[in-house]
Amino acid sequence: MEYAAFLATYSALPACLTKQGDRLLLGIYGQTGLIFTSVGTCPADGGLAREGCEGVLELVVADGAGNLPYARHQMALTLGWHIIFACFGIAFPAIVVFTEWLGHRKDDAALTGLAHTWAKAMGVLFAAGAVSGTLLSFEMGILWPGLMDRFGAVFGFPFVLEGFAFFVEAIFVGVYLFGWNRLSPRAHMLSSLPMVVAGIAGAFFVVSANAWMNNPTGFRLDAEGDVVDAKPWAAMFGPSTWPQFTHMWLAAFMVTGFLIASVYGVGMLRGRRDRHHRMGLLIPLTVAAIMTPVQIGVGDWIANTVADNQPAKLAAMEGQYKTTAGADLSLGGLYVDDELRYSLEIPHGLSLLIHHDPDGVVPGLQEVPADQRPPVNVVHIAYNAMVAIGTALLGLAAWFGLVWWRRRRLPRTAWFLRAVAVSGAAAVAAMEAGWVTTEVGRQPWIVYGLMRTKEAVSPAGGLAWGLAAVIVVYSLLSFFTVVVLRRMALGRDTLAPQEEEVPR
Amino acid sequence: MTLAYAVLGAAFAGLIAYALFGGADFGGGIWDLLAGDTERGRAVRERVERSIGPVWEANHVWLIFVLVVLWTGFSGGFAAAVTTLYIPLTLAAFGIIARGAAFAYRKSVGTLQMRRFFGAAFALSSLLTPFFFGAVVGGVASGRVPPRIAGGDVVTSWANPTSLLGGTLAVLVCAYLAAVFLCGDARRDGEDELAEAFRRRALATAVVTGVVGLAGIAVLRADAPVLFDGLTGRGLPVVLLSVVAGLTALGLLLARRYIAARLTSALAVTAILVGWAVGQYPYLLLPSLTVEQAATGRSTLLALLVALCVGTVILVPSLLFLYTLFQRPPYPPEHFGRPTASARPAGPE
Repeated sequence: MEYAAFLATYSALPACLTKQGDRLLLGIYGQTGLIFTSVGTCPADGGLAREGCEGVLELVVADGAGNLPYARHQMALTLGWHIIFACFGIAFPAIVVFTEWLGHRKDDAALTGLAHTWAKAMGVLFAAGAVSGTLLSFEMGILWPGLMDRFGAVFGFPFVLEGFAFFVEAIFVGVYLFGWNRLSPRAHMLSSLPMVVAGIAGAFFVVSANAWMNNPTGFRLDAEGDVVDAKPWAAMFGPSTWPQFTHMWLAAFMVTGFLIASVYGVGMLRGRRDRHHRMGLLIPLTVAAIMTPVQIGVGDWIANTVADNQPAKLAAMEGQYKTTAGADLSLGGLYVDDELRYSLEIPHGLSLLIHHDPDGVVPGLQEVPADQRPPVNVVHIAYNAMVAIGTALLGLAAWFGLVWWRRRRLPRTAWFLRAVAVSGAAAVAAMEAGWVTTEVGRQPWIVYGLMRTKEAVSPAGGLAWGLAAVIVVYSLLSFFTVVVLRRMALGRDTLAPQEEEVPR
Repeated sequence: MTLAYAVLGAAFAGLIAYALFGGADFGGGIWDLLAGDTERGRAVRERVERSIGPVWEANHVWLIFVLVVLWTGFSGGFAAAVTTLYIPLTLAAFGIIARGAAFAYRKSVGTLQMRRFFGAAFALSSLLTPFFFGAVVGGVASGRVPPRIAGGDVVTSWANPTSLLGGTLAVLVCAYLAAVFLCGDARRDGEDELAEAFRRRALATAVVTGVVGLAGIAVLRADAPVLFDGLTGRGLPVVLLSVVAGLTALGLLLARRYIAARLTSALAVTAILVGWAVGQYPYLLLPSLTVEQAATGRSTLLALLVALCVGTVILVPSLLFLYTLFQRPPYPPEHFGRPTASARPAGPE
């Protein structure tokens, strides 16, 4: 809490103030109000509320700024955790159902068996995503009430649609797993379609809300800065929505594909080369390898969207202070004293990428007041990490694609399997780095150009303890999640949460 | 019937669904907790497991649905309530995480020790989560949430007599619902002994709930006068309906008519919640913020209503499909002429 030093003497105090320390809360935001700090003179026979009674009031201004680091770290941790499982929620159903369909079409028990194993893993991963998503829906209000209070009418709506999408997905994940031996193959695969569609739809809605924070549209502000004339449908389709969603959708398939492939890559390195393992590597790796080059193209699209709408974010991504015509593309390096050092420069690269013109002008951070610049190094390094890992994964995809195209088999060297084995963790790191880029790159704004993150944060006391508790809970959750997934990966036939146990 | 009330009504319908379906799930966990040691409690635990396995996730989405509708339709009131009540809400969310993860992971671990650990986490969080939600309701219902961001006391807003009553009632209602639902499930699967055991539990819980409810009248009168006036005035018919439904359910349980007992129990719980809503009318946050004042703009509410209608058309058949599928027995894989998966090679231990 910070107190603005404002003391004033009032006569005729409100009736609710009767003794020192009483509060009269006013305003909408938090604890803003008046504290009655001392009594002056009063007529002998009456309450304070009478004319001629004097007292001193202190104006208290609530400010959540002290809570900002705690709230941001809590949000970063919980979102960063959830997004990994959300990827599986988006992409895994499609991969599993495709494998099941392939198995039925080829009458191949190895493939249907693989699909069944994956379906069980999907059930566990979906549960982890669902419970972590529940905490997030609380946190939107608990940590960022200012955002909800002022803009909930505009951008709460996609979350409602996401709620429905998630509902449908939860129902049909239950149907898919529980119906494995209760529905004919055709009915089973048909009943899986809502799960596949709902997973992708849910991703669209959530990403559209984030895109709105980057490029707020679909409302007008009145003279006081209050939202009037909210158009929730229009707000969902701002300029960032499609590029951001496409980027995330592809990322989800890359993360899911590379991660599953990496599990089987490790198994093959340990000498298990049966058909189950070969197919378990081949199918998800093919999916991921197809998505990777597309993703790099979409990356260019999204960078252009950022350049058009959030020049400060782009300048931070590139670590560029001076507005430059014919700007170089910088790789790596550190941003010190408004200058990027130790980086590798590709002449005119940035102008080419952004404007498709070697002499295009790229605005730098100098255009933005100092208090409106994001922390450059975090954004620049995260962005470079994402691009570097993405490029490395493209290399892996190309290697796999070439060998497959020429010889219809996997590359035989152990180095290929080693590369596949680390590709899953690498894809996750790239995706997290991408989210760090966009979220930290938007700072200090929570709603770009309209509301600062520190204005949105809750002024409630004790958020530091909340963060500590979240760290403890998520450490335990991570540990047990890894234990269970490891058991599944080691090939012990386990049950999904939606399946029933056969008495042993 | 204004737009604001239509949207709030939809959110409230979601809350009722959460109380009935999610509540029964929590109650299952509570009976799991009270089932006794590994050997003695096995039958009860397996029954609970079988009954909520396929539906537990769908049952819990109702909560998310309620949250997102409230924060879109009543942003300011939502922000005020969750910031003041953030401690019980965070603890409830932790409970949901512990419960969901433990339930999902429990089948995937082999050792008895790990299973016991997950089982304990599942059962304990099943008890704590509804308690905290009940405490949140008590805080709102007793007018301890002023319509400002973090305007109320972050401790006394949920550590107070009405919240204690709300939390206790929530736990009891969950346990009661679960026992009634499990009676029917057990009998359907021919587990008559188990059905009798749950019937005893349901009757005992019903009596305790009734006693706490009666004692609660005094608590509300002292601690939440506005709500008390609403409940004994405008809300009285609904409260009486709840009492009648509860007593009828008790009679049906005694007569072992479990399907009818389910319906009347659900009606009793619904009536309690509706009574709370009627008692609070027209306020979203007692004693000053009305539903109309708290509602967001017209276009937002309209968009919400459209989404809710379309969503309902999709959701209801889906849910019915899940619940009917759930009644089917599994077939052996050969039944559909499926290829049977070859035995998988086991990995290294």
